[in-house]
This record gives sequence, C-alpha cells and structure tokens, in this order.
Amino acid sequence: MALTLTREKAQPAIVLRSPGYWQGVLARLSRDRIAMIALIVVALLILMAILAPYLAPDDPTRGSLARRLKPLGTPGHVLGTDELGRDMLSRLIWGARLSLVMGVVPVPVAFVLGSAIGIIAGYAGGLTNSIIMRTVDVFYAFPSVLLAVALSGTLGSGLTNALVSLTVVFIPQIARVAESVTTQVHRLDYVEAARASGAGSLAIVRVHILGNVLAPIFVFSTSLISVSMILAAGLSFLGLGVRPPDAEWGLMLNTLRTAIYINPTIAALPGVMIFITSIAFNLFSDGLRNAMDVKT
Amino acid sequence: MSLDLGGPAQPLLTVQGLVKHFPVKGSGLMRRRVVRAVDGIDFKVKKGETLGVVGESGCGKSTTARLIMKLLDPDSGTVLFDGQKLGHELELSAYRRQVQMVFQDSYASLNPRLTIEESIAFAPRIHGVTARAATERAHALLNRVGLDPGRFAGRYPHELSGGQRQRVNIARALALEPRLVILDEAVSALDKSVEAQVLNLLLDLKDEFGLTYIFISHDLNVVRFLCDRVMVMYLGKAAEIGDTEAIYERPGHPYSKALLASMPKANPAERMDEPPLAGDPPNPIDPPSGCRFHPRCALAEPVCSQSEPPLLQLGGDHEAACLANMSGSGHSLAPSRAP
Repeated sequence: MALTLTREKAQPAIVLRSPGYWQGVLARLSRDRIAMIALIVVALLILMAILAPYLAPDDPTRGSLARRLKPLGTPGHVLGTDELGRDMLSRLIWGARLSLVMGVVPVPVAFVLGSAIGIIAGYAGGLTNSIIMRTVDVFYAFPSVLLAVALSGTLGSGLTNALVSLTVVFIPQIARVAESVTTQVHRLDYVEAARASGAGSLAIVRVHILGNVLAPIFVFSTSLISVSMILAAGLSFLGLGVRPPDAEWGLMLNTLRTAIYINPTIAALPGVMIFITSIAFNLFSDGLRNAMDVKT
Repeated sequence: MSLDLGGPAQPLLTVQGLVKHFPVKGSGLMRRRVVRAVDGIDFKVKKGETLGVVGESGCGKSTTARLIMKLLDPDSGTVLFDGQKLGHELELSAYRRQVQMVFQDSYASLNPRLTIEESIAFAPRIHGVTARAATERAHALLNRVGLDPGRFAGRYPHELSGGQRQRVNIARALALEPRLVILDEAVSALDKSVEAQVLNLLLDLKDEFGLTYIFISHDLNVVRFLCDRVMVMYLGKAAEIGDTEAIYERPGHPYSKALLASMPKANPAERMDEPPLAGDPPNPIDPPSGCRFHPRCALAEPVCSQSEPPLLQLGGDHEAACLANMSGSGHSLAPSRAP
C-alpha cells in the first residue's frame, strides 16, 4: 500500500478550496441589517468612550451649585445639568468609559475560564464531570444579581472588585453551556473515529472539539455583555462599583434618583444610555447567532 | 503493510468471552440493574475474510464493534489480534493503527469544520507523518476511492452527498493502512444504486490492500453478497456462526431461519403473509431464562426455558446454539445420542 501511495503522489493536485466557515458567517452577518445597525451603534459608543476628552464640551467633575438640575436645551448645557450642576452631556460621554469597561471586560475573561471548565467537564465525563458541574451549580443556583451584590459586598467596593465579582457570576453560566455542547459533540462519531485512530485527548480537543463548541459558547457569551452592563450599573447604583465623583451611568442613575420628581428627563438620561448600549449588544449577538447557526 | 505474524492459518482476530453490561439508571434502593448488551461471545475472524454480523436492532452488534475497537472497555473477555493479546503483547496504540472502523452515519462521522483532506490526514498526522506526506496520502486515497482530489480535498462534509461522504470515511479508515476494517452499517444509509457502487469499491479495496472486514448489517442480501462467513446475534449472544452459504442454505438455529424468511423475495410465489417472527426482542435487562430465543421460537419446548444451549458444531465451521440440535438435551427434535 505504501508503494502505491508514493507512486501516486507524483501528480500535484490543484485543490479547489471551499470558503471556510467564518467567511460564511461574515457574509451572512453583513446581510443582516439589524445586526449591522447594532454593530455600528456599538462601534460609535466605543469611539465615544475613547474620544471622550475631545468630545466632552465640559469637565465632567466640575459642578456649580448655581446651575443645578437645569432642563434639556439649556444654553451651554444641551442635556442639562445634574444635581451638583455638572454638565450631563460631558458626564454621559465620560461615563461610557467606565460603563463599557464594566460591561465588556468580565465577559471575555469569563468566556476563557468558563469554556475551559465546561470543556474539561464535558470531555472528561463521568465522575469528574459531576464534581465540576455540581460545584458550578452551587454558584449557578443564586440569582446573578444577588451573587454579584454578595460578592462585591464581601470583596469591598471598587472597580476591580466589581469586575471580579461580575466575572465570577458569569463563569458558571458559560461553563454550563460549554459543558452541554461539549458533551453533545463528544458523543459524535467523528470524535469516536479520532479516538479509534489513536489520537490523544489533547489532539482530539484541539482539532475536533474546540472548533465545534467555541462558536455556540461565543454567541452565548456575547449575549451576556448586555446583562453585564446592567449588572455593573446595578452594582454602581448600590455604591459597590465606581465611586463618585467618577462618571458611570449606573452611579449617575443612583445620584440622580433624588431629582426624579424635580427633573425626571435628566434623571432618566443615564438609563437611556444603558438601554441603548445593552440593546445594541443584544441585537448584535442575536445576529451573530443567526449567522453562525446555519445547519448546512 | 504491517507484518503478518502467525501466517495465514492464524486468525487475525480472536474474541473470547466478551461481555459488556451497561448499568441502567434507576432508583438507588433497587438492585443494580444492567443491560446485557453483549453477554459472552466468542468468535474468530480469519485473515482476508469478511465476517458478516447480523441480527435485530439492539442485539449488541454495534456494541461488539465498539468493544473490538476498544472504544468501550469490556467487563470481561479478551481480544487477540494476530495471536497477540491486546493490552499485553500488543500495545493499544499499535493496535489502533491496524484496526479501523467506518460508521453508519456518514455525516456525523466527519468533523464539519475540517476539509475532507484534513479529516483524512488527521490520523497519519497523529502517528507522526509529516503534514506534506499526510496530505499526499489523503489525495492518493481520495483518488483511490473515486473522488478527484482536486475537486474534493478542499471541500467541507456538508458539500458532499451521502455516498461521497461515505467514500471519504472509507479513505479516512484506510489512511493508517489497517489490516482489519470494521464496517458498522457502513452502507445501510445509502441509496441502493450508491450502495452497490460502495460495496464494489469495498471489494476492490479488500483485494488491493489485503484487508479483512467485519461487516455489520441488517441487510441479509448484502451480507450474502459480501461475506464469507456470518455470525447471527440474538440478545447479546451468538446464535449461529458459519459459512455464508451453509447458513443461508441450511440455517441451524430457528432464529436464523426466521431472519432469512423475513428477507424480501423477488418471486411473488415465495412471498408470505405471516410475519416469520412475532413481537419485539425481549428486554436485554431481563433476558429470558434458558435459551434467550424460546419465547418467540416456533420449536420451543419446556426444556428450552430451563437450560441454555451452547454453540454446537453442525459440521465444519458451522455452529448453532439450539437444543433441538443437541443430542441428549431433552428436546423432542434432538437427534438421538451419537452412535
């Protein structure tokens, strides 16, 4: 047999390549109008956060008691001023920085750790799986808000601690998804065939498991960004995240709540920003799921 | 080509007392119950032959294949490959190179994210072949199974038809230059015309590479066409083993008779209205006492529910496990004690 094979290799084949999976995903995604609009919104928000020093018309921390709670459209303060007379537009622009960091950073970290835990559990199966997943379930049993608040409260307030507690909240959720897809893929014949050909666990996971489980885990994780945004805002609202006078949308919502009867439109503005951002992330992740979820 | 150790007379594969029970999830207070998927089977596969394995769904055919492939660990029993005891004289990794399998579901057995050539080249790469050589081998094999590498090597499994995918699976199984290939319902999901092409391809490849096949199927016509010998399985046990012609012409076990009677007939005059076998196979958690086939057997007598028949020689290689063939068994049809 070896002889036949060596003889036939004389003719080099020009191989036609089919477009890969990710090219197909990109093509389908770019045809999804809503997802593309959501992506543009996300990009604009990120751009706004990066360019905050140039975009903000005023210092976000400089207040004046003389001009507290001015309504929308006040000359010099297009979006009014807050309860300490600080320019709302500037604070919203600067607030995007911390809000996006708190919303976005925990998710990729939890994606890496949660996927690793879930894939190991799903691939190992049996007792290892039970031990890992029941431990994960202990964390999963708590409502995410409660767990985030409890962890933040224990660790103490501050940006880093808030990020850590949000990450811990998301790890079990991602691990559960990762475990279930890995268990499914692990049972398929091509994994059996790879085992039958004598491949070790590492090679099987790298070549046959990762490529087939990362996409669904990734899609699930992107949908967590909007949840993370809201949870982060909640932590800040409770005084467990960012500390004043730093601008962060959740914290702004908290400090402005006293003004809700005096100037409700101003008090609602940070909420509008949180809403737009989380909706944009959510719609984009929906589009991504549709683009990836093609059974062809 | 791997070296032939024991010469042509040595069986390539010897299976002895293979047992696999699966625990059933139930309430913890109850006695641990098990599905007796494979409940003690012995057989040999000769070098260069094709052994067919037939039987109803759930009789343990696929479990047997997975046990031979070491994809499952047997509860007991040994596997000898060319006279070498697996796990003792023969390392598992060396064994893996010599025994490969083709699965029934041609789509599920190919990684959807890998191109065809990557799928075929994977196993040689694992065994230390360079990327270049592995790709060249993949192209040569694609050529051999009738797929133009220029057109197919860079494609993904979903872009191929079922027959093309199964050719790829065959090429993948051959990539390690195995001596034994287990075909688990490998052609059952294909159209009849495609099935015939793939069967002919299998026959050609067998001659060309000196392969030995274990062919698992429920299609008795295909088994007769392809196989030198046949093992009939019933509820995790071998009911009958023998040369294909012997079994098809003179089945020694009532179950084999019923199975053969269930084959579709081309001649309308030979067709029958009565189903040859009534009912479903019994639950393998609680197999019937004595002969496992007795509740459905036309020849059943009280003795059949009491003692379990061993495999008995009927002449030559032909063996069947039925009390009606066993002299002194107490069955009224049993031949009188041998002179």
